[in-house]
Amino acid sequence: MTALLEVRDLITEFPGENNAGLRAVDEVSFQLARGEVLGLVGESGSGKSVTGFSIMGLVDWPGRIAGGQILFDGKDLAGADEETRRSLRGRRIAMVFQDPMMTLNPVLRIGTQITEALHAHTHISGTEARARARDALGLVGIPSPEERLDAYPHEFSGGMRQRVAIAIALLHQPDLIIADEPTTALDVTIQAQIISEFQKLTEQQGTAVIWITHDLAIVSGLADRIAVMYGGRIVESGGIQEVLEAPRHPYTRGLIRSVPSENSRGSRLAQIPGVTPSLARMPSGCAFRTRCNRSTEACATRPGQFGDALAYHRCFHPYEEALA
Amino acid sequence: MTTSLIRRLIQAGFVIFAMTLIVFLGVNVIGNPVDILINPDLNQAERLKVIESLGLDRPIWQQYLSFLHGLTQGDFGDSFVYSRPALDVILERLPATLELALCAMLIAIVIGLPLGLYAGLHPNRLSSRVIMTGSILGFSLPTFWVGLMFILLFAVQLGWLPSNGRGETAELFGARWSFLTTDGLLHLFLPALNLALFKTSLILRLTRAGVQEVVSQEYVKFARAKGLRENRIILVHILKNLMIPVVTIIGLEFGSLIAFSVVTESIFGWPGMGKLIIDSINLLDRPVIVAYLMMMVVLFVSLNFIIDLCYTLLDPRVRLDGKG
Repeated sequence: MTALLEVRDLITEFPGENNAGLRAVDEVSFQLARGEVLGLVGESGSGKSVTGFSIMGLVDWPGRIAGGQILFDGKDLAGADEETRRSLRGRRIAMVFQDPMMTLNPVLRIGTQITEALHAHTHISGTEARARARDALGLVGIPSPEERLDAYPHEFSGGMRQRVAIAIALLHQPDLIIADEPTTALDVTIQAQIISEFQKLTEQQGTAVIWITHDLAIVSGLADRIAVMYGGRIVESGGIQEVLEAPRHPYTRGLIRSVPSENSRGSRLAQIPGVTPSLARMPSGCAFRTRCNRSTEACATRPGQFGDALAYHRCFHPYEEALA
Repeated sequence: MTTSLIRRLIQAGFVIFAMTLIVFLGVNVIGNPVDILINPDLNQAERLKVIESLGLDRPIWQQYLSFLHGLTQGDFGDSFVYSRPALDVILERLPATLELALCAMLIAIVIGLPLGLYAGLHPNRLSSRVIMTGSILGFSLPTFWVGLMFILLFAVQLGWLPSNGRGETAELFGARWSFLTTDGLLHLFLPALNLALFKTSLILRLTRAGVQEVVSQEYVKFARAKGLRENRIILVHILKNLMIPVVTIIGLEFGSLIAFSVVTESIFGWPGMGKLIIDSINLLDRPVIVAYLMMMVVLFVSLNFIIDLCYTLLDPRVRLDGKG
């Protein structure tokens, strides 16, 4: 199997004090096959969004990719020039953002915002672009799409705006969509609708998806594989079933335990002690060791990847048994 | 839309009416034109005759009522000095001021907007810092001093440009304009540049601040994620969003250029309205002062109205009915 996307030892840095680079993404490696769905899970600040933006080539200045490779269809994007990256963005790699209220330009019509994405990558006439924009809106379930093309974003609800954003992401039938918590800002009822439609459409088109989220429940429902991030590193990665049933890394285990479920009714929810350290105060060695009840002196050195490229963990004292 | 237009017009009517009262009474408390206008050699009977002919013997409320009565017929009264309708005296000077103001505004926009965009998009380049430092000079150097320096340098030392008067004029729409002849344009250049200096700095800094605010918005990032070319992102997504404050300032500053370019007109011997109003105040030519101030009230009321109309074109969320 050749991977559609293979990220190798990706490092994305932001300048800190005294020119010391702060690694928001620290030697992250994972791969993704065509049509596969990867859940990238972690708390705020764990580096999951920056990983997504690194793949898109949209890391905010002054951040920069400082090392590693992003092999997309065999070509390395990390060192590619801006025009190469632009021509891939929106066409072969698309992205859906977290807050639909902020992602559409308030002063441009919906139709304009869709057709400009078409014109950016294909030579088509205005009428043709409009027809395709209308179909794209229809595809994501927006009623009377022809009229809605002339509407402005403020005339849409949050859920409808996210549908528009998804329609734009799907326009060129990309190979990969990076979905950066696209349902977090929505009502729960709308969330479920959007997720199931998004899943249906990407399955139909055979699109691979990186679904970035902090919500394990969402990932367990739609991902094939999962990668858990902590402190800029992937601490555990593997098939969704295997990882959720028998997590090896103490952090993954803590994360799963802290999700409320049927069986834990009436008892106190488990918590991971302490808070995520800031980038500047990340402990040496294993980043999780200061919050981990299994840490020993060995953890002061940096754990490597134990396992193969598709299923690995970074822990010297992994759990062996399945979750109760 | 129509009802809101009518409401706005009624509001404007009230403003203008209130201003007639303030302006008329205000002008009547500063000095007695009789002392300046009447030849001191005249005897008492002749003096009274002149005062009576100017209507200055009547109580002030009567003068005000007859002024209002005249207004309804478009008559501001006759100038004491020129013995002609005050409005005609002013309108004669209007083209000179208008073309100077338009020219200065044009220079300010053409220079200020692109430089502001550039400085906002690349805040850390040396060239941006040079631009911003330059704009501080534009802000803080007194206009009259810069005008004098211009004359010294370009007219006296280098002898490139004329420094006084309007030069040759040509007729268009029944008025004489300098910008239609080469000689007139040469005469126009220095005073227009002088007036434009402050406005350029203002527009530049406002644009830069706007760019920096808009660039970090999610919708700009999303536009990049669509694979749009940089030109389109800047000229459509960014520019349209930052035009609202810029249009406001352009409108109001244009008004102030017409109304208050007194100093520059005096330095460059430009026979515009600014020079006329200074002369009229010196001679206490009440009808001209009142007519001039009323014109400026109408000018600013109209400009504000036009600015509001521009808002509705620029931002779909703004509607004149006051709901948005």
